Amino acid sequence: MKMNKILLAAAGLVLLASQAFAQVQLNGAGATFPAVIYSKWFDEFKNNTGVQINYQAIGSGGGIKQVTEGTVDFGASDGPMSDAQLNEAKAKQGTNILHIPTVLGAVVVSYNLPGGQKGLNLDGETLADIFLGKITKWDDARIKKLNPKLSLPSRAILVAHRSDGSGTSFIFTDYLSKVSKEWESKVGKGTSVNWPVGLGGKGNDGVAGLIKQTTGTIGYVELAYAVQNGIMYANMKNKAGEFVEPSFKSVTLAAEGVKNMPEDLRVSITDADGKGSYPISGFTWLLVYSNFKNEAKAGAFVKFLKWAMTKGQGYATGLYYAPLPKTVVKMCEKKIASITVNGKKVK
Amino acid sequence: MKFNRNVLPNKEEKKGLFKKIHLSNNIGDFVFERLTLLFAVSVFLLVLLMGYEMYQSSKLSIDKFGLSFLSGSTWDPVKEIFGALPIIYGTIVSSVLALAIALPLSIGVAVFLAELAPSWLEKPLSFLVELLAGIPSVVYGLWGVFVLVPWIRDYVEPYLSDKLGFLPFFNGAPYGFGLLAAVIILSVMVLPIITSITRDVLKSVPAAQREAALALGATRWQAIKIVLADSRSGILGATMLGLGRAIGETMAVTMVIGNRALISPSLFDPSYTMASVIANEFTEATSELYLSSLVELALVLFVITIIINGLARLLVWSMDRKWRRG
Repeated sequence: MKMNKILLAAAGLVLLASQAFAQVQLNGAGATFPAVIYSKWFDEFKNNTGVQINYQAIGSGGGIKQVTEGTVDFGASDGPMSDAQLNEAKAKQGTNILHIPTVLGAVVVSYNLPGGQKGLNLDGETLADIFLGKITKWDDARIKKLNPKLSLPSRAILVAHRSDGSGTSFIFTDYLSKVSKEWESKVGKGTSVNWPVGLGGKGNDGVAGLIKQTTGTIGYVELAYAVQNGIMYANMKNKAGEFVEPSFKSVTLAAEGVKNMPEDLRVSITDADGKGSYPISGFTWLLVYSNFKNEAKAGAFVKFLKWAMTKGQGYATGLYYAPLPKTVVKMCEKKIASITVNGKKVK
Repeated sequence: MKFNRNVLPNKEEKKGLFKKIHLSNNIGDFVFERLTLLFAVSVFLLVLLMGYEMYQSSKLSIDKFGLSFLSGSTWDPVKEIFGALPIIYGTIVSSVLALAIALPLSIGVAVFLAELAPSWLEKPLSFLVELLAGIPSVVYGLWGVFVLVPWIRDYVEPYLSDKLGFLPFFNGAPYGFGLLAAVIILSVMVLPIITSITRDVLKSVPAAQREAALALGATRWQAIKIVLADSRSGILGATMLGLGRAIGETMAVTMVIGNRALISPSLFDPSYTMASVIANEFTEATSELYLSSLVELALVLFVITIIINGLARLLVWSMDRKWRRG
């Protein structure tokens, strides 16, 4: 009997002790696209500091919803929150939400021409008209004009797009909306849109499967996916009039070329200015409360954000993401420094 | 004596019976009875709760679109116009066509297994059929993408459009991905379910039925016909289970159907199903109305399933009555 009591007391002590030394734990949820680099970051960060950050890749929509409801410590999204969503979040949580870009993603236009021909050149208007169903044959005069060297067949163009809602589709349709007025008014931009023509494939692999299997198909996939799987992609004409091959470098250049970056960093960088910039790319953001309620959490997360902007960026290219340009990192660091906890500066 | 009566109560006695048990302090029986009642009611409550929750979450879209949600044919998340007609159409057409292919095949296989096959063949064949039922749907999907779709594109569709191209059902460009691929993959998926249940139903028909028929001079085929007639309500139940699986199937279908909300008579054209739309778009749906419309789609699917099940029950019931009278 006595022995039992001692054991019980010991167990209680252990429990108390473990609570006292419990490490700071943060929970986040959101976009699937950056999930790979986020889990690498959180892993490395835990090894260095002991702070545990959990991330659930439930999709951008879920990330925005959860950060609005306050069920997570931070969210993540491939598309920026709208003003209405920001207002709703502020009304519910009593604090603003900051958009902190973390890495860049890009979308490549992939295709399958007879004989495995490489080096297709396209510009925005032509691409938009293909996806609008206005250009239906590969030997259309407009495609021919851009590709005098290729032997284009008189074959129907089959369009392939994502059927699942995704940040990839958002960046792609955002680009088409910028380069084609007709696309903007008829279809618009979004994670899912009402596609005028074509077949839908689920995920990057679904679209890539459609392209690989059927000669004459054109579609779009994430740059990271294309690089890892050796998928052929087209060179896109940028604003400066050059045909640019998608690469981590040309994507970072696109972010660098943004003039008048807005203060809240909610910006689309598709069809960017600047030499050598690839036009179909975009940020992915962490959604962070500008005022934390818990001191320990605020301290840990600010520390993490600072780390992600410096050391963390070094992991990007290895995991097939484009790192942020220095100009953007500077702006982010300013944002991070403005985070408060209960109105006071974070230590 | 009392105990014996307790074992097989008739309906009138039931009420008083449990009172007696209660009075005689048989707590175990009492608790057991209440517990099973609780479980039975909880199933009912769960269904009601699901319907209610879905109705609540989709109120926004129900108020906004009303009936045009069912009759509209534009599904545009950007402009927030949601009409689900092509999606409902795709769901029902793909499932019904799949059933039309699978049902005769399944019954044929089941009759062979239950009535004709020698036992050395029946055991492994039954095992294989049940194995088919256990394959995860994503595996069917992969098989569809890599084997079925190329086969349809290179052989089936060119052949059909060559021979039957004058019909609107077999018109269009042969891409492989589309309604036809979905129908075929669904029919393969529901086949094992219908087959294994039908086989069990056929086997449960007393041997005396067959023997009596044979003794009266019936041929084997005529005897089988009698057995089939005996088990038709069971076969109908199996069919409904198959239809249920086809309607709710998500992964395999979305991988091959082409995912476009489109009403077209041609089997070669892409289509879309309700379960696929929900699975595809739910994670990235950001606006309230969009989410609400997706939930309404789930509600429509739920109601359609209930209607189909209800109709099936009604059919079985009316057939049973006719059978008894006849």
